[in-house]
Amino acid sequence: MPSTASRAAVLSAVLLSSLLLVWQLATLPSAGTGTAPVDPEYASLVGGAVSAGGRSAFPSPAEVGGKLWQHLREPFYDRGSNDKGIGIQLAWSLGRVALGFGLAALVAVPLGFLTGLSPLFRRALDPFIQVMKPISPLAWMPLALYTIKDSALSSIFVIFVCSVWPMLVNTAFGVSSVRREWLNVARTLQVSPWRRAFGVILPSAAPTILTGMRISAGIAWLVIVAAEMLVGGTGIGYFVWNEWNNLSLANILVGILLIGLVGMALDQALGALARRFSYPE
Amino acid sequence: MPQDLDHRAPNACACEGDEADEPPTSTAEERQSRTVDQAVLRAVFPDAVTRRRFLRKLGAGAALAAIEQFFPLGTAREAFADSGGSIEKKSLKVGFIPITCATPLIMAHPMGIYARHGLDVEVVKTAGWAVIRDKSMNREYDAAQMLAPMPLAITLGAGSAPIPWTIPLLENVNGQAITLAVKHQDRRDPRRWRGFKLAVPFDYSMHNYLLRYYLAEHGIDPDRDVQIRAIPPPEMVANLRADNIDGFLAPDPVNQRAVYDGVGFIHLLSREIWEGHPCCGFAASKAFVTGMPNTFRALAKAILDATAFASRPENRKQAAEAIAPANYLNQPPTVVEQVLTGTYADGIGGVRKDPKRIDFQPFPYESFAIWILTQMKRWGQVKGDLEYHQVARQVFLATDAARFMGELGAKAPGDASPRFKVLGKEFDPADPEGYLGSFAIRRS
Repeated sequence: MPSTASRAAVLSAVLLSSLLLVWQLATLPSAGTGTAPVDPEYASLVGGAVSAGGRSAFPSPAEVGGKLWQHLREPFYDRGSNDKGIGIQLAWSLGRVALGFGLAALVAVPLGFLTGLSPLFRRALDPFIQVMKPISPLAWMPLALYTIKDSALSSIFVIFVCSVWPMLVNTAFGVSSVRREWLNVARTLQVSPWRRAFGVILPSAAPTILTGMRISAGIAWLVIVAAEMLVGGTGIGYFVWNEWNNLSLANILVGILLIGLVGMALDQALGALARRFSYPE
Repeated sequence: MPQDLDHRAPNACACEGDEADEPPTSTAEERQSRTVDQAVLRAVFPDAVTRRRFLRKLGAGAALAAIEQFFPLGTAREAFADSGGSIEKKSLKVGFIPITCATPLIMAHPMGIYARHGLDVEVVKTAGWAVIRDKSMNREYDAAQMLAPMPLAITLGAGSAPIPWTIPLLENVNGQAITLAVKHQDRRDPRRWRGFKLAVPFDYSMHNYLLRYYLAEHGIDPDRDVQIRAIPPPEMVANLRADNIDGFLAPDPVNQRAVYDGVGFIHLLSREIWEGHPCCGFAASKAFVTGMPNTFRALAKAILDATAFASRPENRKQAAEAIAPANYLNQPPTVVEQVLTGTYADGIGGVRKDPKRIDFQPFPYESFAIWILTQMKRWGQVKGDLEYHQVARQVFLATDAARFMGELGAKAPGDASPRFKVLGKEFDPADPEGYLGSFAIRRS
């Protein structure tokens, strides 16, 4: 009897291939539509499907695969400021996420720590957090562009705003739910406040803090694509926007696939980190 | 004659003092000859104290007349004008939207025209008109492509904070079209368009004003009988395909792209509404124009050269090849070529030939600006009294354009504010309010 893991892998492969098959079948050119006789001069001026009397169609898996191969074969080309390889675009987006996320961590973790230590502080901050948390980060974009006056910084600011809340809330929660017995033991042993914070509270809250970071990173990656579509210039979001401009669904699908893969890799990396800091009770 | 001959730092920067001293109507030419005069004075009297004493004794005019006895000031001014002076800022960022209106602005990059004028220009593709506006106002861009009405709107503070902005040159005339969904091919009469959902690229655009004008002339109230939405060009074709809209008045290549993808047909070219109407322009802030006169002049001349090249029919194929790649328009080359050559598929099985479908004409006629202002007021975008002529002159820099054209050996038009006809109705720039009052459908 094969293990559950290998059976799951087989099932995943079956799901994928049936998805591709359905997609392929759905995008087969239908022979019936091309009935209207089209003048050859006219046909030379319009897209392939249109010259047969139809409309341009959804790309087939083979087309998307071809485009994907084309992009992966040469990921770092640079043909001018508006046409760079997909590797460069992904690097720009990851850089922005890293900066915005890093800044957010610098603010959220210490602030969350303090908030978690003081129930009063926690209550006082709560209404602000509750109001700010559900605001779509993109709603900040026009405001950021107006006040920061720099589009690159504005997108980093948007990442900052969206990643700060989950980290703040989780850190505060992790810190405030450190088990009372451990704190009591620390007090009995007359541990200095400094050591109590870093020797007792931080390790015990670490898994919760890292979960907050994982949520934040996921949101940041979601948001950067939208932010770059809005502002343009560089990044994977700009790539998708640029191909939208060209109405090239095959390229957009390539972009979507890569966004998903990179997002997964980010999440896995932070998950592995979280496992390193978790401990059995 | 200028009084500030002993100005401390002429030609230095856009310092507050420099601009404040300038008569508001001075052209780039006057500013430049003043700079030459100051330079010569400083060369003759290197010591500031002596120079001031000399000037105080004689007065500026007489002082220069005295110098002219032994130094050919006029020649110096001309020589300076020819050489263009030293360029204050060589590497510039110029924003554009990936549409064929931007042809000269883009094309000057791959064809090396900017470099020939001593500039290192990066042309940056931008996601939409609002972003172009914000990045220009943030000074991320030194200059940018804008819809002809945008600098007027920015200067007046309509839809943004008021900042003096200018259109030194137009890029293209014509180059727009009304595209409808293929299912409407038997509803060509606009009187039957009641209830349509139509799209334009931006509220402050010629597209918006031309569509409204066209509808209103056919008895359709653009605010009540149809719905007009602002949708960025790339989304237009996608929305037309999804049946979210019935049609749009869009810049090319969007119209041709709808035909190429089989979702729409070209109902009418915008030149059938107004032959030779302005569309997009090369736009820069007043601060850039006055603060960096030599850079401005080099940039303007590069764009004039590119416009002249693009306007010749025999060059259109080459221009299409230059701008179609992913770095610029990112469109199938045939789509761009059909727009630029004017031999195109109309979307309902016909091939039409109209070499003037888009044309490139740089001169920013003042009467164009005045017409745009009448329409802004007509549809309630600006309220109250408008100093039509003053605003037009401030924003559309016809005098500078004529001089740059002259320097390049091109003939500038004699009349900077001619009359023209829109759908057969004459517009007289001398009486904008009377024109506005003549429309039955209007919001003000």
